[in-house]
Parts: sequence; C-alpha cells; structure tokens
Amino acid sequence: MVQAFRIENEGLINRDKKLSFKFNGKTYIGYEGDTLASALLANGVHLVGRSFKYHRPRGFFGAGVDEPYAVVQLYRNGETEPNIKATEQELFEGLEAKSVNCWPSVNFDIGAINNFLKIFLPAGFYYKTFMWPKSFWYRIYEPFIRKAAGLGVASTKHDKERYEHKYEYCDLLIAGSGPSGLAGAYAAAKNGAKVILAEDKPRFGGSLLTSDVNIGNQSGKDWAEGIIAELKTMPNVVVKNRSQIFGYYDHNMLVMSEKVSDHLPSTKKYHPNKRLWYIRAKEVLISSGSIERPIVFGNNDTPGVMLSSAAKEYLKVYGVLVGRKPLVFTNNDSGYETAIEFKKHGVDPVVLDSRKNPESEIIGEAKNLGINIKNSYVVVAAQGYKKVKSADIASISDDKKQLGKIENIQCDCICVSGFWTPTIHLASQSGNKTKFKEEIDAFVPGQSKQNEITLGAANGVFTLEETLKTSFKAGSELSKKLTEKDNEIAIPNVVEKKSSQHDKFWCVPLPKGKNYKRFLDFQNDVAVSDIEIALREGYRSIEHVKRYTTLGMATDQGKTSNLNGLQLVSEIENKVVPAVGHTTFRPPYTPISIGAIVGREVGKHSKPTRKSPMHSWHEKNNAVFVDAGVWLRPRYYKRGNENLFEGSKREAKNVRTNVGVCDVTTLGKIDIKGPDAAELLNRVYTNAWLKLPVGKARYGVMLREDGIVMDDGTTTRISENHYHMTTTTAQAANVLSHLEYYLQLVWPELNVNVVSTTEQWAGAAIAGPKSRDLLQKLFPNSDVSNEGLPFMGYTEEDLFGVKARIFRISFSGELAYEVNVESDYGNFMWEKIMDVGEEFKIQPYGTEALSTLRIEMGHVAGSELDGRTIPYDNALEGLVSKKKDFIGKRSLQRSAFTAEDRQRVVGVVPLDKQTSIPEGSHLVKDDKAPIPNPKLGHISASCWSVEYDNPFSLAILKDGKNMIGQKLFAMSPLKNKIIPVEIVSSHYVDPKGERVRS
Amino acid sequence: MLYINCPHCGMRSQNEFSYGGDASVKRPELNKEVSDQEWNNFVYNRKSLRGKHLELWQHISGCRQWIKVERDTATHEIFRTFKADEEVA
Ligand SMILES: [Zn+2]
Repeated sequence: MVQAFRIENEGLINRDKKLSFKFNGKTYIGYEGDTLASALLANGVHLVGRSFKYHRPRGFFGAGVDEPYAVVQLYRNGETEPNIKATEQELFEGLEAKSVNCWPSVNFDIGAINNFLKIFLPAGFYYKTFMWPKSFWYRIYEPFIRKAAGLGVASTKHDKERYEHKYEYCDLLIAGSGPSGLAGAYAAAKNGAKVILAEDKPRFGGSLLTSDVNIGNQSGKDWAEGIIAELKTMPNVVVKNRSQIFGYYDHNMLVMSEKVSDHLPSTKKYHPNKRLWYIRAKEVLISSGSIERPIVFGNNDTPGVMLSSAAKEYLKVYGVLVGRKPLVFTNNDSGYETAIEFKKHGVDPVVLDSRKNPESEIIGEAKNLGINIKNSYVVVAAQGYKKVKSADIASISDDKKQLGKIENIQCDCICVSGFWTPTIHLASQSGNKTKFKEEIDAFVPGQSKQNEITLGAANGVFTLEETLKTSFKAGSELSKKLTEKDNEIAIPNVVEKKSSQHDKFWCVPLPKGKNYKRFLDFQNDVAVSDIEIALREGYRSIEHVKRYTTLGMATDQGKTSNLNGLQLVSEIENKVVPAVGHTTFRPPYTPISIGAIVGREVGKHSKPTRKSPMHSWHEKNNAVFVDAGVWLRPRYYKRGNENLFEGSKREAKNVRTNVGVCDVTTLGKIDIKGPDAAELLNRVYTNAWLKLPVGKARYGVMLREDGIVMDDGTTTRISENHYHMTTTTAQAANVLSHLEYYLQLVWPELNVNVVSTTEQWAGAAIAGPKSRDLLQKLFPNSDVSNEGLPFMGYTEEDLFGVKARIFRISFSGELAYEVNVESDYGNFMWEKIMDVGEEFKIQPYGTEALSTLRIEMGHVAGSELDGRTIPYDNALEGLVSKKKDFIGKRSLQRSAFTAEDRQRVVGVVPLDKQTSIPEGSHLVKDDKAPIPNPKLGHISASCWSVEYDNPFSLAILKDGKNMIGQKLFAMSPLKNKIIPVEIVSSHYVDPKGERVRS
Repeated sequence: MLYINCPHCGMRSQNEFSYGGDASVKRPELNKEVSDQEWNNFVYNRKSLRGKHLELWQHISGCRQWIKVERDTATHEIFRTFKADEEVA
C-alpha cells in the first residue's frame, strides 16, 4: 500500500485524491493524474508482461504512445479491452488490469521455455517452424501459439459503450501541443483562423512539461499553461486533449480519435466512449515532436531498462523515481538532463557516455552537481532476470569496435538515450517523401505533398528558440493567407541550455565469448541476430526484412525500433541509411479501437430502416418481418402457433380462392415527365413504348449495355407527357441513376425529367378472384368492370375522399389491382380495404406468400434476374423488339447469348411430390457421376404450390427449352440432399394467363 | 476521402458521390451498325491508367448530377471538374 518510489514536491498529479486499483489481482494505491504505468512504478512494480516470442519478462520502456512492452488487458465497468498501453491508460478508481502474453502467470510463465529454446526460434520462425506437416497447424501449433503467446483477449460480449463520429472543417489543424504546436496555434488563432489543436496526452505542453527552460521569464510549463488557457477562451479555437490524430488521408482529411471516457471509471450518461473526428483542414501543422531512440546492448529488454526521457517524465510529471540507483547510458546530452533531475531529488546516478570528451552547458551543470560521469563507456549487458540488478560495463575504443575490461556495477535501472527520432508518420502518410538528415541520423519530412508543414522536433529541430521562431511564423503566415489578418506577435525570449553534438553510436558490440540477445524490436522480440540471419538468407529490401523478421510489425509499429533496424541493415550491407530507405508509414499511427471506427453504425444503425406507412398496422396484426434491402416487409402474418410454412400457405391459398392484400409500397417508383418521355422509355426498355395510350400500363424489361437483364416492372402512361415507372424494390436506386446517366450524358437532347417518388406513394396489391367485388365496394361510383378497367388499365378514382390511383396489374397471376394513395393516407387506405374486404374473407399476405404465388405462375423475379441472365433465359424474348434499338440490344447478338442450348427458366417438381428442393441446388444428369459432376443448372426459387399442394421450383437450366419432361437430380451438398426431379414448364399454374384477364 | 468540387454544389466529400468510370467512353449511336470489336470496346474494354484520368462521378447524395472529374489515379490529385455537358478542353 506504500508508494515507496513516490517523491515529494514534484509532479503534476493530484495528491489529494488517492485512487485504488488492481494489477494482476493485487491492490495498489495511486493518485489522480497518474497513468497505470506511473502508479505501478510508484509502487515499485516493474514486471508487467512477457514478450511475444521468447516470453522474456518485460517492464516499462517508455511513458506514452511509443511504449513497446507494457500492454495490458483492461477491465472497466464490466467490460474488458485488450492491448491497452499502461503508459497511456489514465488511472481511475477501481481500475483493474492484467498482464497479457503470460500463461499461467506473469511470474511463472510456461512460454519462457522458448527463451531457452531460442536457438530454434530465429528470424522467420513463423515461416519455417510451423510449416510442416500441414495437419499439425490446426491441432498443435495454432492452439499452442494462441494460448501461450497471444496478445490480449477481445471481449466476446456486445459492447455497451457508444462511439460517435464527428465531421469538422477548420483552417488550421495542429497535431501536438508541444512548443511548436502551441506557438503555431496561438499565432493562427490571433489572426482569427479557425484552429483545432490536438494533443494525445491528457496534459498539454509536450516537452515543456519536463524540460528545464524559460520562455518569456516563466518556466516552459507555466508558459504552456498560459497559452492553453488563452486559447480555450477564443471562440475560433478548439483545443482537445486525449485526442490522437492517427491518419492523414487524401485531400487534407485527417482522422482523430478522442478518448472521451477512458479515464473515468464508467462512461457518463449520454457520453460516448470515444469520438472519431473526420477533419478536413485547409492547412495542417504537424508538431508531433520526437521519440527517443534506444542504444542497443545485451539483455536490453530487462525490466528496469527504459528510455531516459521516460525516466525524466515519470519524475517530473508523476513524481515517481524509476530507481534509486540509476545508471544513465547516453550518446548525447539528453541523458544528462535526466541525471540532473535524479540528482536534484537526492538520487546519485552514474552516467556512461559513449563520447570521448563531450563538453556543453548541460554537461557542465552535471559536473558541478558532482554527478559521476564516465566518458567512452558503454553498457555491455544488463544483468538480472525480472529486474535489472547490475550492469556489465566497459570502456570502448574510439572506433567503437573494441571493448575494454568488463566491470560489473550495481544499479536498479538503466536509463538509455540514443538521441532523438522525429515523429514523421503523419507527414509520410500525407505523401511527403521524407529525407535522411545526416546531422541527426534520422529521417525528416521533405517537400510538402499536401497542405502540410512539419515543425519543431518532428522536423529535426531540437532547439526551443528555433522551434518557437519557426512555429510562430508558420502560424501567422498560414492563417494570414486564409483570414487576411496580420496581428504581429512578439516572439518571447527563450532561455535554454546549449547541447553538444551527439555520437553516431547506436549498438554495443558483443564481448568475446558472449551471446547476449540485443533487442531492436522489443514487442516482437526481434534481435540483432535475427536481422543478421535475414540478410544472410538473402533478404535485401527493407520491406522484405521487415516481414521476414517482423521488425516494426507489432502494435507499437516500431516507434523505437525502426531506425536502429535500418542502421543495422545499412551497416551489414555497407550502405548509407537513406539508400536502405525506411518502410512505409501507414495509418493508424497507433492502435485505434474498432468501436471508434465503426461508430454508431452497429446493429440496426448500420443502415437506415425503411418502413411503409402501414408498418404499425402490420405490427399490430402479428406480422413477422423480413429485411428486403433496407425495407422491413411483413413476411407473413402469424395466426396462433403457425410457422412460416403454414402461415404463408394459408395466405397464398386465400389469394387463390378469395382475396388478399399485400403491402407493395416498397416497389421503386419513378415519375417521368417531358415531351420525350415515350422516346426515353422506348430506348430503355426492350419492348415498344411509342404507342402506349394514356391510361394504360405496360410491362417492360430493361437491360444493361452488356445485354444482361437489369430490372423489370410496369410503367403507366398517366397523361400525354407523364409516366409512372415501377422498379423492383432492390433496384430502385440503380434504375434512377441509370436513367439519369442516359439523360444527362448520353442523350442530353431528350427533354425528360425523372424523379424518385417511391416514398410519396403507398401501395396495396389486391389479388384474388374476389378482388373486383371488393374494388367495386371500395369505389362504388366507379366503373371497375372488365370493360371499364381492363387488364393493364389505369384509372384515378376517389377512395372515401382520398385521391387514389388504380392499376390493373398482377404479380400473383390472379385477377388483381394495385391501389396507390399519397403516403400519408396509406394506413387509411389499408384499413378501408381490410374493413370492406371482410365480407370477401380478405387476408393480408406477406412476401413469402407473394413469392409462392409468383413462382407457381412462373413469373421471374430477382432470383432469376440475378445479373447473369438475358431476356431469353427468363422466357422474356417475346418482349424484345426486333425493330427498334435499345440499351443493350447489340450485346444480344453475342454468340453465347444466341447458342442453341442457351440456359432457360424451367419448372422443377420432385418425383415424390413431397421433398422440397433447397434453393441453390444444382441440377445434374447423374447423381452418381464422379466429382466434379457437370452442372446443368441451378434451382433459383422454391415454394410449396398451393394450387397442386406439392413442392415446385424454378430453375435456370442449360438447354431448358428442350428439357421439358426430362428426369434429373437436384443435388444440395449443403443440405446433404439428392432429389430426383422432373423438368416441367415454368408456368405451372394458369399457363395461358386467363385469370389476370378474367 | 477525396474532396470533390461538384460544379453545381461546391466542395463535397467523396461519400456523397458514386463512381461512374471512364468519362471518355462514347456510346455508339442508336440504330448504327457497329462491329463486334467496336461494341466490345464500348462495353468491356477499359484502360487502367496511371496518371491523369477523366472520369464520371454522380453526386447521388446531393444534386444527383453526373459530373466529369479530372483526377490523377496515382496521387488522387483532382485538377478540374466539369458539368456533364461541358466540353473538356
Ligand atoms: Zn452536386
């Protein structure tokens, strides 16, 4: 319970608020403002996990997004989330976390045996070890790897959290709130630009929070606080902490993930867990700073080895000592800054500097404080298994090839600094071709590709004065272009200590006779020896080396390992680093929750749900709904304990004997007006349209240019230049775009307008032998006789005071009418039909009965018009005009489409008249033929014929025309069925079509 | 996500548009005899160009107009956009 490593009078945490949390089942105390990492370190906990491949003990290496090891399984408010970086997770009361990658426990890990077997697990081990025999993969390798070496475990429960998406536009988007971000934001904001400033950490200020500098006579931290406070008061500025810009996409679109609730014990009511921002920025200022590089040495993955900047951050921000006997190993002045902070808090560090005789203001200060400094000295290897206990150190020759005598010194942590790597990910994602900057041994952004500029440490500028000067200037100039305002800002006076040149030294040679693992990629366990093997085995391209060794492919994406990997490859290959080149940076910069990416588009929100105006009536009357595209349609209306089969059979039978009513609102409807409307229809449909009289409907088929049927439906001539087109439910949007394409691009000379009216009209299909009697009662003053309203006739009548359109068209094959009223009257119409229809034994019917009725009549629908069939295949060649030209006509001459044995729709009946044939079954001649059994056709739609009371199916069958009467087999390997069948006409009921005309 | 300047509506995000392919393809005139080769070229044969490409987009969630967009297929840079009936010089 004691925070033994917490020190007084330092840090930005709130010591008045203690928080209790659990790690691996044990309870600890931390403070508000801690991260899980800082709170664990305050309690002296360094062992947090096991490495991916060798299961070596792992601790904390960084203090933020760059952390390669410390990923945990987090438990919060009854939910769990894997792969959370302990260095990023803010502490809250009741937080629970567990180590990942260790089984059965972090202290005793069975997988650690891999560490002793490592000779068998070299580079490419995924490719080599688990290749053979193939059958071992599922039974042995995969379960073993998953159990012993997986990362965290994803929850299998529905995520109760809510995630939001937000679209935003701004003049200037600034990624990172360090000195350059603050200066740029402030200057642009003062010019009135709309600014968004994003910081991934909870606290603004970046390096100013930990560095010993003065800006305008205040400490860097106080200056940052002042700027942020002022920015927050400005209406044209949005400042966001806990917000990571992780992707830079085309046309200056950037995406940012805002952690709204992760720092709280539970998400507040009406708040999202995360908010994903899509930001379209006119200009982007990348001020993402830099990440310290490690120096590679033996056992450099031992818990207690960490970046020197992280040690400083734990001290300055969290008031935590990462050790009491620190060893600082550096090739530049940054290590001294950390050593000085230790010393100021009464801890005596030892500094090993690889340089021979460095001198600078910072080093001078360290010397004055009496810090023990050893020049030309390196750490050869860390000693200790679960925690650093000591270090083997040695002097090193000027050429860095020869080690002196090995000495062992006691220490409890090793803070390492190998200089700084600019964070260029966003610039690179934007398309910027980065360039290698010799002075800093790292890549920096080159020529801007989009409207982006990279400043400060991200651009390889490591002095505060220069950073502020360039960033204030950029902020002013970028905003001036957009707002045409120019408010001069005085650049504040900066006091910072000068540093000396760093040493281009990054890897300690192995001492004779020792074979220490020297890790480059800590999360994926890629060591120097692995890269050497890859190169020895002939891999040359850095992209290949990356994939073969998995260097930089872990969840930290090589933030701390990439450059050292490149250094190694270039050294072995005897090339310069820029010639090796770096691997491509791709979004996301850091792992992003799938939930945040999905946003609100889950479950029923994944697409809109469309409901007809009669929906509530259907609900009240026990409709069982089915998704039809984005529409919800009644599948059948359940009575008592009926199932789908029984209910739909009852409904279909009632249509054949009495009268039924079906909601057909979902059919696509397009209003077509203009003097050339008939000409348009004549070009779009395969049949002739120029002579359709007013008040008549006609069935039409339209093709794509490749001759394939696109859609079918009826179109009615309402008046001289006014037509009402119907499409199938599924194709409504495509048909509208299709018409618009031809009208706008191909035949702009046609004077026609088209508009969707699908939602303007509610439709009810009234079908059955008693439909005319019902219609007469609904429209007592209208002539609906066979002469007054013949088949394919159209009239406008008055339905109890509501204007109604009546089309005498039929999908069921029965005498039928379709009544349309304006949508607002849909429910009124429906209730009238049901009331008046009672005496005719009316029943509503759903899509299942509708299918049954059309299938046994041989009417083709979506399952036959499946994007692979031409008119002939659907027995619709009679509708194909020989005289006129139309869309797709020329394609019908293709030899495959005119072949003698061309596929064609047929009817299929099982010989036993009992067994239903699964849709999708293949039709074959011989059920015993060896596989692959030649397929003659497939079952497109199946029903239970209510007319004959036996199963009936439609099929698309090769040479279908000449197959009537043949006996074949319907085979469904999926349902494990082989059914002997007979091929019959597709027009199973009323083949002459007399009923619709009666 | 691309940012497309609809000549009718102004700058709009790509998710308001649907793609319509190569804008340089001309449909053979109606009632005109065309060879198999000519017809196949119109229906099927497309070049997958790298670089400047004139293509069709429809502003389906906006004005519903088909427009022409001159875009670099490698860099996604959009140079100019045109109305359906505008001549591309
Ligand atoms: Zn538009």
